[in-house]
Amino acid sequence: MLFEEIKSLVQNELAGAIIDEDQDATPKALIISNQFIHRVCDFLHANEKTYFDSLSCLTGLDNGEEKNSIEVVYNLYSIPYDYHLMLKVELSRQNPEVDSVSDIWKAADWHEREAYDLVGIHFKNHPDLRRILLPNDWEGHPLRKDYVEQEKYHDVIVKWKSENE
Amino acid sequence: MSSQLSNSNSPLHKSEPLKYKESDLKTEEMIINLGPQHPSTHGVLRLEVVTNGEIVVDVVPHMGYLHRCFEKHAESLSFNQTIPYTDRMDYVAAMNNEWAFVMGVERMLGIDEAIPKRIEYIRVLVAELNRIASHFIAIGTYGMDIGAFTPFLWMMRDREHILRMLEWASGARMLYNYIWVGGLFYDLPIGFEERAKEFVNYLKPKLKDSETLLINNKIFIERTANIGVLPADLAINYGINGPMLRGSGLKYDLRKVDGYSVYPEIDFDVPVGTGKMGTVGDCWDRNWVRYQECWESIRIIEQCVEQLLGEHKRTKDFDPRAMVPKKIRPKAQDYYVRAENPKGELGFFFRTDGRADQPLRCKAKSPSLSNLSVIAEISKGCMLADLFAILGSMDLNMGEVDR
Repeated sequence: MLFEEIKSLVQNELAGAIIDEDQDATPKALIISNQFIHRVCDFLHANEKTYFDSLSCLTGLDNGEEKNSIEVVYNLYSIPYDYHLMLKVELSRQNPEVDSVSDIWKAADWHEREAYDLVGIHFKNHPDLRRILLPNDWEGHPLRKDYVEQEKYHDVIVKWKSENE
Repeated sequence: MSSQLSNSNSPLHKSEPLKYKESDLKTEEMIINLGPQHPSTHGVLRLEVVTNGEIVVDVVPHMGYLHRCFEKHAESLSFNQTIPYTDRMDYVAAMNNEWAFVMGVERMLGIDEAIPKRIEYIRVLVAELNRIASHFIAIGTYGMDIGAFTPFLWMMRDREHILRMLEWASGARMLYNYIWVGGLFYDLPIGFEERAKEFVNYLKPKLKDSETLLINNKIFIERTANIGVLPADLAINYGINGPMLRGSGLKYDLRKVDGYSVYPEIDFDVPVGTGKMGTVGDCWDRNWVRYQECWESIRIIEQCVEQLLGEHKRTKDFDPRAMVPKKIRPKAQDYYVRAENPKGELGFFFRTDGRADQPLRCKAKSPSLSNLSVIAEISKGCMLADLFAILGSMDLNMGEVDR
């Protein structure tokens, strides 16, 4: 199935869900409105024509203060149809919040925990949103572009200083 | 529960608190803490196991003990400087890791079609050698986990031959930095192809021995058959790939599905679990798939050697670094690349802005993380001793889970 067909399928089912598209991305990407992401994922997962049965990757990323946005990128893959799709959601940098898709793909559970841990995105309705890689009492989210590491962690010096500083 | 776990003032409780509280448990249940230092967890994995007597009620993995900030490093290093970091993710299959990364960068640059065939065949050759080495660790340590020590020693002995060959080619025993963007570190040393042929002939009878010693051993079968059954639909939903998914009976191998590099020109099969000793998708099936994949890798190596000695043989003017770009600066784009690693699908998501030599974001989707995430689901209701049989059959590598 072609990218255009998937796009029109989603457009017919959920009007207003698609904000834009990104033809340069590989696989080609649809930019989805924040409120619609769970419904779009549910539709793409359940629909017989698309049947995106696996979520390959879920990435949280910070675009920095200049663009002032945080994004979540979903890489979907349909095993029976051998088809890829990328979905992107833009969130506000001040309050990054998006619906969890872990009830659709269990694979999203830990990826969302990782995005929460490293980028600080809050996933609504996530069953168990805890830090996954960093310790529970770590301060801040390291993959934010404006992240400043803490001085000390349990009396261990974290911040590396060069000798001439 | 030990006093340190229940004492909320202890540092352990602050940095890695238990998910379960005492008030969540029923009278007959208790929490057993396994790891992070435990021989059966193959690295630093800590499991919080809620048990009812010998029965496992829930398993909560706590990871991050080996977190080395790969993604943060990748944002501040140029692409070719990141390759050694990818080696350290799945450190028993470093060739496969760096190949996946390099493949993504090459495709972003648009030079992947122009790579000479000899380079691609060498990449396949070293990657498949490393796949055998990785599967030998998986099978050998799995035997050790459930009580068979001899196969582990046999397989480590044979794996050492592979590591020495790869050391000969790259200069390092485990962390190679051999595959570069656009080429290779060096051409194969003179005589490598013949040595690879010799090694394969040495390995075949040894592999047969392992089958009779371990795979078809009655004790081994009784410990693994019908244990930890993973249905294929559940595996797909959890994003599991590689030998675990094939063990559940789905013929799905990215080397066939995506057909990257020269794999379409090579003849090999994709073994799947059939439930020969019990149910489809049990621990025995997963281990058997890995064992069969060693045979397929041998077939691939033989064909590669044939090509490297025949049609794509070394010439005096062949320079494996000829295509290596001076400056690696892909145009602004989002790119997701994936490759078949010994553990499953290794994916890299890149975002580049076209202005810098570094990616804005580089996410590694590691197969071990996806494979581990299913443990709570398939070990519920099993015996505590079987938990290790399930954990071992997943072939985890904590370097890759934590990155």
